[in-house]
Amino acid sequence: MDKTNKVADELQDEASYKKKIGITIILFGWIAVLLSVIFSIHFGASHVTYRTVWESLFSYNDNNSAHVIIHDLRLPRALAAVFVGAALAVSGSLMQGMTRNPLASPSILGVTAGASFCIALAFAFFPDITYGKLILFSFVGAGFATALVFGIVAISKGGNTSVKLALAGTAISALFTSLSTSIGLKFNVAKEMNFWYAGGVSGIQMNQLKYAIPVIIIGIVISIFLSRSITILSLGDEVSTGLGQNTRIVRILGMVAVLLLTGAAVSIAGMIGFIGLVVPHITRFIVGIDYRYIIPCSAIIGAVLLLAADILGRMINPPFETPVGAVTALIGVPFFLYLARKEGTNL
Amino acid sequence: MIQLLNKSKHGYKLLCVTLLLLLFLILIVSINAGFIKIPLSQVWSAFFGNDIGNQRLILFNFRLPRIVLAILIGAGIAVSGAIMQSISRNELADPGILGINAGASFSVVLYMFIFHGSSFLTGIMSIFLMPFTALLGAFIAAALIYGFSRKRGKVTPIRLILVGIGINAAFASSTMALQMKMEPQDFMKTLTWISGSIWGTNWSFVISTLLWLILLIPIAVYKSRFLDILSFGDEVSIGLGVSIEKERLKLLLIGVALAGACVSVGGGITFLGLIAPHISRALIGPNHKKVLPLSALLGSLILLGADTVGRIVMSPTEMPVGILVSILGAPYFIYLLMRTK
Repeated sequence: MDKTNKVADELQDEASYKKKIGITIILFGWIAVLLSVIFSIHFGASHVTYRTVWESLFSYNDNNSAHVIIHDLRLPRALAAVFVGAALAVSGSLMQGMTRNPLASPSILGVTAGASFCIALAFAFFPDITYGKLILFSFVGAGFATALVFGIVAISKGGNTSVKLALAGTAISALFTSLSTSIGLKFNVAKEMNFWYAGGVSGIQMNQLKYAIPVIIIGIVISIFLSRSITILSLGDEVSTGLGQNTRIVRILGMVAVLLLTGAAVSIAGMIGFIGLVVPHITRFIVGIDYRYIIPCSAIIGAVLLLAADILGRMINPPFETPVGAVTALIGVPFFLYLARKEGTNL
Repeated sequence: MIQLLNKSKHGYKLLCVTLLLLLFLILIVSINAGFIKIPLSQVWSAFFGNDIGNQRLILFNFRLPRIVLAILIGAGIAVSGAIMQSISRNELADPGILGINAGASFSVVLYMFIFHGSSFLTGIMSIFLMPFTALLGAFIAAALIYGFSRKRGKVTPIRLILVGIGINAAFASSTMALQMKMEPQDFMKTLTWISGSIWGTNWSFVISTLLWLILLIPIAVYKSRFLDILSFGDEVSIGLGVSIEKERLKLLLIGVALAGACVSVGGGITFLGLIAPHISRALIGPNHKKVLPLSALLGSLILLGADTVGRIVMSPTEMPVGILVSILGAPYFIYLLMRTK
């Protein structure tokens, strides 16, 4: 009896310790985000001092070319990385929490491929589409792919297992990617599509962000609002119905948040893989299993990680840029392999 | 129908003859299809010396090598898929899904990137060097997948497939990073090629592919009883006195080599290695001595069919054949996924 008490105490201690770390990240993490944004703006082909960065933000001068570069190129790029990283990470956290599946994430489940398929359609049929409408296409595609993957897994024999989800996602991804490629080749938009497809935040303009950022913020707010229920869901359906939770409403709202976040992220940055898979795992490792901490912390960690990946992509082989999607894959794949090995037997 | 074929001794032969006839039929359609339509009567006369216009040139230098290549690649990938499904005891295995194609694709794109504009890319040497490059990439991918999914000396089917998905993503994104640094023409070339396109319309490519297939497919058929045993599971194999790891490795090498050789001329064609063995198993049961040749036939049939349709649908440009196969194959894969536990 004494021994179990001791173990319980230790667990309690660890949980409260992780909670404290979570609170610290939420309180001070934005400073890290801010610093990485400033570094991202500072870093580039034309040299810009930190002083100029500061001036361009607070006393903008039209005639100063450095200011213009910062305003039109580097700031949008850094902001895009922050919001896309946060959106994908939160989206992955929600998916993993709701499905209790460690492999769930927007790119593995084919959600990003679905969104990009619809964007390919938009490129082909409405070449001068506005960004606001492009995001709508992206949502529709994301929603369609999600519905397909979960539908397939739900009606398949043996039910929802990680492997099934991953395989269904792979197949749906392959299907949508093939369809996108054929549209790209047929309508001669392959090259521009592929640049966008490879996942990148370069060449982003402020008016693209104007539509996407509010959507992402709404998505994150919904997620934070749901976070307590997600924690209960992640303990299993029995527990959550036992605690009197309406699991259906939580799931529907959660799915809406996932679509808003993934759709908006894909519409600005294309297919960026693995952020949505890796960040939730890292965050859970640091702050424990409570989604009230996981969701805000994963937003912060996702933002910093994608900013870092973007900067790394510029460093690897200048003056060429390595697509940030490739960089995140290089970080993500070893992690995925680790997960596959570690949990391969009981997945 | 299926039971009938299983019971009847002649069922297998009958099936093969029917499929061969079908293949011949598609071949005729395929000769005719394309930017320049050649009526059959003129095909006939072109074959026997009476050349009108440039038809002999089109037929012998462009259409026929391509058709023969489609038949060869289809057979090779299908047999490779059949082998992989049996040794991994996973009916969802396929060289494309396991990431072997992606490994081969990456090394070929790397080859194109390094030897850009040099005679290694345009000369006759490339026809024989390219398959080796693809093979090397395929083997590296296979070694990585095998190595990562081995844990305490055991390879479980689930881990094999999950690790394959990861390796696939790694190679795909590395390829994309390379592509982004290419010049526009090279970029388009690699894009169509990665999507699976029979691009080496040249008799030398036919010969270089044929050499691999003539060597490897008979060995696979010869080893087919090991495939039968392996598909029962490790316990049974050990009980029957087969040293499973050794045989598994040998067969894996054959499967990977087949996939690699085909990828080098056909690009990344996914799902074909999945579909063909499945259909043949559904038709004649699990005996690999019959499954392998039948898969080869079905693979040729599907690929030649898809290539022909791609040429007709997208005329005057072409749709990479791999895309059509994926659009057909992915739903089939999903159907299988829903059925298996």
